[in-house]
Amino acid sequence: MKFAFFPGCSLESTAWDFDKSTRAMCRALDIELVDIPDWTCCGSTPAHSTNASLASALPAMNLQKARALGLPVVAACASCYARLRTANRKVRDDAEERERVEAIIGAPYEGDVPVRHLLDALINDYKADRVRAKVVRPLSGLRVASYYGCLLSRPPEVVAFDDPEHPTCMDDLVEAAGAERVEWPYKTECCGASLSISNSEVVARLSHRLLSMAIRAGAECIAVACPLCHVNLDLRQGDAAKAHGDLAPTPVLYITQLLGLALGLDADALGLSALSVSADALVKKVSTTAQPARAGVVR
Amino acid sequence: MTQTLEWTNAVFLSEVERRSGTPVGACLQCHKCSTGCPVAPEMDLLSSQVMRMVQLGQEEEVLASNAIWLCASCEACTTRCPMGIDIAGAMDTLRMLAVERKAAVPDKRVKRFNDSFLQSVRWHGRVFELGMMTAYKLRTRDFFSDVDKVPKMFAKRKLSLLPHFSAAAKKVRQAFKRAEEEEKKR
Ligand code: SF4
Ligand code: SF4
Repeated sequence: MKFAFFPGCSLESTAWDFDKSTRAMCRALDIELVDIPDWTCCGSTPAHSTNASLASALPAMNLQKARALGLPVVAACASCYARLRTANRKVRDDAEERERVEAIIGAPYEGDVPVRHLLDALINDYKADRVRAKVVRPLSGLRVASYYGCLLSRPPEVVAFDDPEHPTCMDDLVEAAGAERVEWPYKTECCGASLSISNSEVVARLSHRLLSMAIRAGAECIAVACPLCHVNLDLRQGDAAKAHGDLAPTPVLYITQLLGLALGLDADALGLSALSVSADALVKKVSTTAQPARAGVVR
Repeated sequence: MTQTLEWTNAVFLSEVERRSGTPVGACLQCHKCSTGCPVAPEMDLLSSQVMRMVQLGQEEEVLASNAIWLCASCEACTTRCPMGIDIAGAMDTLRMLAVERKAAVPDKRVKRFNDSFLQSVRWHGRVFELGMMTAYKLRTRDFFSDVDKVPKMFAKRKLSLLPHFSAAAKKVRQAFKRAEEEEKKR
């Protein structure tokens, strides 16, 4: 299995651990990722809040470039994924928008390069059973709340690989890794996203709400697939507790880090040192309680 | 006092509909969007109220609201609206109109964040976090919030001192210029 990879700005900086664990996990699963050469920013929320033409053109620049690779594009960041899909849809549905975009990027683009999210590729192409077959260190007994946030499943006209109100793809992968899925009601509630810097007080309220519900539901850790969700739940967990009441420290891991652990990869290969809320105790737990299925493969 | 509101000024409504491509006029005030909105407690106007006021042509009030800047673009409203209105998309349009028409923006932090972010992309082709944060702090003159995060982020290699340039940065700069011209024609 082979994809053109769009890393995006977060994975290159604040979410380098998401980048590292995505690549390590894909290697372990024999999924080949080819970076889109000289990729540029998708524009994210600032672009679609400021200039509609730019919001379509920035993703289109990258997708037009990806066409030469002849592969479907995969993104790991939920926000990049949504922006790339939205641009494709606008260019496809609206001839005027297409003309504008082509004039801006100086190249023809029909909105036809397929864009997938990594989770979509894993669950629908690779399949959970094949992941399960590669697990060497089942995360037995680990209770994981999967947090999808907004853009993995919304709006359905744009993304549509899982149910918009009750997505299950991450839960299925968590189970494939041998962990326990935690059912909880806030899996698609918003964390405040890019208000992180401009309205951190709002984000503290929303993060606190999410974290305390996950804890109440019995989660020992939270799985995410979005760098912004990660910042708001992990880096800002201390702020949330300070502003709205104590929280049991709850590690927030990228789904790729959790799957990587189950595939036998070590903490360093998965960038676990980047977490603000340490996952050391969790790693220890799965290393001691879980018996490696095949000895000698654990690195 | 009862104030009768009449649907007499459809100019604003048709402008918002044209720019956003979504039928705001179809809103039947079920308030489903507001019920699921994560930032409703902080908003001065709920999203359903924003839709109604657009219908009524209350341009000034809408464009000067903090609601349009607090919207986190979470798409919950757009997903749930029974009339198929892309409320999040309409919010985008309202933010753009507020800037174009120089409305009195009550809290400029989101606008300043967006500007700092886009400036960074324009120069480097990608976001340079440290540069973007510095620009944001200069714009807002808020030098204290989040400074406690900086050493931690350096220690965790989440911030770098130097920008990551895309080899296509020049093309991005060109795209910004052209997109600004295209936007004026809308
Ligand atoms: S959900 Fe749709 S129809 Fe209902 S109030 Fe909101 S915009 Fe109007
Ligand atoms: S997109 Fe904006 S208005 Fe709609 S529910 Fe989310 S935050 Fe509220």
